[in-house]
Amino acid sequence: MSRSSEHEAEIDPVTGYETTGHDWNGIRELNTPFPRIVIWALALAFSYSVIAWVLLPAWPLGRDYTRGLLGLDQGEMAVEGYKRLAAVRADWLEPFADGDFAALSGDGSLMARAMPAAARLFADNCAACHGAAGKGGPGFPDLSDGAWLWGGTPEIIAETLRFGINSTHPDTRISQMPAFGRDGMLPPEDITAVADHVLALSAGKADADSPGATIFADNCAACHGEGGTGGLGIGAPVLADDRWIYGGSRDAILTTLKRGRQGVMPAWEDRLSAAEINLLALYVARLGERDAGAGQ
Amino acid sequence: MLRLHYNLEKLSMGLVAAIIVAASIGGIVEIAPLFTIDKTVTIPDDMRQHTPLELAGREIFLREGCYACHSQMVRHLADEIDRYGPYSLAEESAYDHPMLWGSKRTGPDIARLGGKYSDDWHVAHLIDPRAVVPASIMPAYPWLTAPLDIETLSTQLATLARLGVPYTEAMIAGAAHDALAQSRPDSDGAADVAARYGEGVAIRAFDGDPARLTEMDALVAYLQSLGTLTAAARETVGQEMAK
Repeated sequence: MSRSSEHEAEIDPVTGYETTGHDWNGIRELNTPFPRIVIWALALAFSYSVIAWVLLPAWPLGRDYTRGLLGLDQGEMAVEGYKRLAAVRADWLEPFADGDFAALSGDGSLMARAMPAAARLFADNCAACHGAAGKGGPGFPDLSDGAWLWGGTPEIIAETLRFGINSTHPDTRISQMPAFGRDGMLPPEDITAVADHVLALSAGKADADSPGATIFADNCAACHGEGGTGGLGIGAPVLADDRWIYGGSRDAILTTLKRGRQGVMPAWEDRLSAAEINLLALYVARLGERDAGAGQ
Repeated sequence: MLRLHYNLEKLSMGLVAAIIVAASIGGIVEIAPLFTIDKTVTIPDDMRQHTPLELAGREIFLREGCYACHSQMVRHLADEIDRYGPYSLAEESAYDHPMLWGSKRTGPDIARLGGKYSDDWHVAHLIDPRAVVPASIMPAYPWLTAPLDIETLSTQLATLARLGVPYTEAMIAGAAHDALAQSRPDSDGAADVAARYGEGVAIRAFDGDPARLTEMDALVAYLQSLGTLTAAARETVGQEMAK
């Protein structure tokens, strides 16, 4: 490789561009000029950044920062935007805040506008556990079958939504199926006997004189009611039907008896507004009504 | 201007000096604000540290690459406030090393996840997401039922303490003990956890079995703590809402 000692502008005859002046074994390199458009784009970008520095929050200054002439603040803008969203919804969402469910569900045009939003709220917040159609799954109650632990009126559902069940909220509903097996409250043979009795209750073929029936009356009826009819307002499910949260197989019932159950419904009071909770309560109550007639 | 650059390129030491100057500007812009970060990001009074169990869960969160699909930052946008709640504040992740804000979402943001779902749901969802959310594309993590390694927790806490997270000597020494106790609400150590980290800490058998301390316990404890370390965001954004 040789290098021309004194570089003088040498013009390539074909392109008309300068060469770099280097000569590698007879090969020379064009010194192609930078494209004009890139230079203009750079110049524009730099000019804009100077303007942006002046108009927008830009430079940190120790405890503070330059605020910019436009006085924009992302947080405030987001909250403004959220308020605009809320204002658009207010005419159909606000009526739900006071929770007069009879009047609300009687207002057909209001419900027609609000129910699609309720479906959206349900999908965002409830569907993860209860399923997109509210059908639940193992461990998560079916909301559409008309069988309720605490009651299926909008008022009761709204309270469950607000405070949750076995949640961390101070006003939570509390309901616990003890671990009869793990905590040694019943011997294994009694657990088997009572499981068979519960299966019989569910099938409507319970024998009141069986040993399981006696064990049931002594240990289970206080919460589940005589004959497993539930309805005592303490969240204990009806056992004399074919609806199950944790499964109705003999194995599932035995597991429930041995290890207990303490399902948790989170409290939504801090996450959703009062109007949103009431709207959802009506939506869920309607989910239950839809199938209740067919089911029970 | 271009002629100046043309000549500069031929002066090797001059070019080196110019590169150092240009790169330094970029460096200073990024580094200088960190010198005053204590003044620009004030730690809220109610802010608590992650417990050792939550910290172990955070390590599992990192190990499994959860951050690749789940961000932990509610952005300053109206629809994000609508869906997730108050936008995230810098101080909320002041004790996070490294922070896990993320910049890409395949799944939803989880900055406000704590308390939204039950422990049972998290366990079922992590073992098989399709079991509870049929349309989910999240991978299954059935191996999280493995026992949790708690031996390195003390050194982890000590490292974070050196980075400025206020872990006391007692917290560092009792890390393994506290991790175990947080998953055993009936144990003697449960009160210690509440005393050290505050009454707001969830002390439960997160995976449903108090007899075994598993990676599931740790990860669910971590997920249930997200957004619950301080109420500052709710208060700050709430004040703006009230304006």
